Order: sequence, then structure tokens, then C-alpha cells
Amino acid sequence: MRRERRKVTGVEQVGPYTLLRVDAGRLDAGVPGQFFMLEAPGRLLPRPMSVCLAAAGELAFLIDPIGPGTRALCSLERGEELHVFGPLGNGFELDVERPLLVGGGIGIAPLPFLSDRLGGAPAILGFRTGWHAEAAALVPNAEVCVEPVYVTELLPDDPGDVLACGPEPMLAALRARAPDAQLAWEAPMACGYGACYGCAVEIDGELKRLCVEGPVLRAA
Amino acid sequence: MLLNASGCLDALTAPEVARSLDGFVTKTITPEPREGNPPVRIAETDAGMLNSIGLANPGRDRFLAETLPRLRELGVPLWVSVGGFSAAEYAATCAALAAVGEGDIEAIELNLSCPNVDEAPESAAAIVSACRAATTLPLYAKLSPAAWDIAEAARAVEAAGADGLSLVNTLRGLALDERTLLPKLGRGTGGYSGPALKPVALAAVYACSAAVEIPIVGMGGVQSGLDVLELIAAGASAVALGTILFSDPGAPARVRAELEAEVAARDLAHPLDARGAAHSSLQIGVSRFDNGHEKRPGNGRKVTA
Repeated sequence: MRRERRKVTGVEQVGPYTLLRVDAGRLDAGVPGQFFMLEAPGRLLPRPMSVCLAAAGELAFLIDPIGPGTRALCSLERGEELHVFGPLGNGFELDVERPLLVGGGIGIAPLPFLSDRLGGAPAILGFRTGWHAEAAALVPNAEVCVEPVYVTELLPDDPGDVLACGPEPMLAALRARAPDAQLAWEAPMACGYGACYGCAVEIDGELKRLCVEGPVLRAA
Repeated sequence: MLLNASGCLDALTAPEVARSLDGFVTKTITPEPREGNPPVRIAETDAGMLNSIGLANPGRDRFLAETLPRLRELGVPLWVSVGGFSAAEYAATCAALAAVGEGDIEAIELNLSCPNVDEAPESAAAIVSACRAATTLPLYAKLSPAAWDIAEAARAVEAAGADGLSLVNTLRGLALDERTLLPKLGRGTGGYSGPALKPVALAAVYACSAAVEIPIVGMGGVQSGLDVLELIAAGASAVALGTILFSDPGAPARVRAELEAEVAARDLAHPLDARGAAHSSLQIGVSRFDNGHEKRPGNGRKVTA
């Protein structure tokens, strides 16, 4: 992991989300599911964002502007600079036989990178509205649903090797259906490298620091 | 001397950050293991952040058996933060540390002021006194800035045998979710840290350094080399970095470089040459309002922690 000041190379709207592209410099993109702490201009704490796309010399992050930090990140303009620290945490294990990517809402963020590394594996994606579903264009080979249809309704009886990221109720539903699934969790984080103990989440009665033990955890 | 504030760094997951400090202060160790408080545990606010970690730690026995040996291998001077819910609990941990740690442990910091647990501890002086009887290791008392008269608390722990003070712990704060107007943190309130705490820390160090002779580790909202120099000017002999480590793991090296520049710009030979400088204009006032306590501001004195 490294922390570097990097330049914004592009900012694109994708439905309600913003795809923030930065010059990778000497930063390693890491494994899909790993994340970077992005300096949010004017805010005290950086924000954890998983890598959405890792094309040559560039890292892209899909951001939902839901609070002051994410809004500051989405307001960045091409040419501006921010500190980028990572890659952090544990990503998805890519040694799987029958991958099926499952994403919900902004949880699709790591799936384009994951899909790329898994050779365009099939994906099922769920969104709140058609506007949000515009982000599905980032994930190849995807079947898409919009509420009131939930992504779990698209899940086949024998789902294979599920790799998923999305809201907690979705992850909880997947755990019941696919006990071997690899699930990427989310929690507010101050540091991203194990210092603050802020990102602990309770899974099966045990508190885990998502930044060092996750964010990708086995369902079972 | 630059340390981390307890609970703001895990030397085992970030050894290179720990090695960039002059000493590593552990998360607070309690006699029994503690999972800590339920999520959500952190929330950013406009001028700082709240945490309600709740003293999550593996407990004394596992710390001694598993964590301490690994920390020793880092080659960084160790300060162990000790917590508990009675003077006897603190003292028992101090005795256990003394048994294994003489020569290996630089100091013990007594966490007398965590805002994230409900149990009211016995008086700070009673805890220090019990720990003093249990170890010859240097004891630093970490006090809360919420005390009505922190200088009085400082005098009490000094009289009880503390070798130094750690000033300050976080202040209790509350943040509400902008949509639901419910507390953002799972536990409700949390400890407030970050830039907003700096004036509070400066005031506490300023007051205590005029009240006691023992050295002070200053902390609270430090972000820059100038912040370090200000705490030294207020009376600190060493300074700890807290919240800044979360956003910038490279902060120790940066802050050190900035401090050097600040010191050079003032034609000082050493940062501690500025120790107590903030008190110099008060010397007249001290003699006019002498209340019986010996106050020696120590302007320019070189004191090592």
C-alpha cells in the first residue's frame, strides 16, 4: 500500500453516481474488492472506496453522493488532486469455478473490475430505480432488475460461486442461499488500515475489523 | 518526542507507522477481553470526529501472552495503556506488566478517562496510588479535559505518585443523522477528537504545567509541526498524534519535518527550548494571584520526559 497525491483525470455521471477517475501513478490497483482511502476535500477523514475500474495507468471509483465526504469527492474536477491510499483490505478470491457476480445499488462498485479479472463472468444486478440502473452498463454480461423485483429473485437455484457486494439485507439473503458466497461488506471507516477499530461489524456474534479482516468475507 | 495517542494506531497492522514514532502507545488493556461497543462506532463531524470503540481489547492475559511478544519484536519503545473498573484491577495489570516488562516497557499510561464506558472509576488518585504500589515502571495518568479543575486532578495524581501526565483524552460528544435525527453512533455518544480538541488540550496542558512538576505528554487535535510546538510552549515535554494518523499514516515524518522548520525559524536549538514559552506573559499574574501553590512556569527550561 502507498499513499500518493494523485490527479483527477475524469469525472463522469453514471445515473445518480459519479465515476471518479484518477491517475494511478505508482499505486497498484490490487485485487478486486480491495479499496482505497480517498481524501475528501475539506473533510477531516478520507473515505473508503473499492476500485471500480483499473485500466492502464488509471484507477476509477464509483461514488454515491450520500453525505458530505462523498459529495466533496463527487465535486472534484479534472486536474484537481487528492491523496489516495491503498490498496487496502482483502479482496475477492479469484480462483473460482463457476463465478456469479451479484450486486445491489452502489454495491456494484467493485464488480466491473472483478468482471474484468474473471473474464466477463455472468452478473445479476439490482437497483432502486431505472435511473440507478444506468450503472449496470459498467458491468458486462449482466441481468438487471429494478425494485420491487429484488436481485435475489434472479438468483438461480444452483448459483455456483457467488461473489457479491450490496446492502446488508441483500448480503444476509445471499448468505442463506449461498453459504460459500464471498461477500463484500461496508462500514464507516476512519483509517482503512487497522488503526481506529471503527469499522468493526458484527457477523455471527463476532466483531470483525472490516479493513483488515475484510471487506470481503466468506458467508459461512 | 513523538508518540501516538492510545487507540489511534495498531502497531501490528502498521509496523512502519509505529517505527516512525519515538514510542508506541497500545490500545487500553483491561483485565478481561472486551469486544467493544456495537457498530456504528465512528462518525465524522464538522470539526472533528466521534468514536465509541469502547476499549475493545484482547484482555490482559492474551495481551501478555500473544500481543506483547509481537510488539517487542518491532523494536519500538512501548507504552502500555492500562484500563479497568477498580483501582485493584488497574494495579493488578500494572503488577503483571512489571513482572514481564521491566526493561521492555518504557512506561504505563493509566487510562483514567475513557468517555466510552459507563462504569464510574474510583478517584484517579486512588488508582494511581494503587498502581504506584504495584510497579516501579513510570506511570502516566491520562486525564479527561472535562474535569472541572484539571489542575487539581493533576496535583492529586502527582501527589499519589504519578511520574507524568497524558493530556488530554477525548471529550464526550453526540452526532445526529441528518435524515433520521437519531444518534449516528450505535452507543449514542462518543469521544470527540480532532482539530476541535486542540484548544482544549492546550488549555489543559497550560493549566497543569503550572500546577505540577511532572512531565506532560500533550495530545488533542495535533495536525502539524506548529501544533506540536504550541503544546510544548504550553508546557508539554512530549506530544502524541491521534486522529491525524487515521487520515495520514505518514503524519509522524511530516510533522517532524514541520517541527524542525518551526524550531529553526525561531532560532531554537531544540523543540523543548520552547517549553513553557506560553507562560512567560503570565509570570506577573502568577505573583499577583499567588494562591499558595508553587507555580514555576519553566520558560525555556529543558526537561525530558
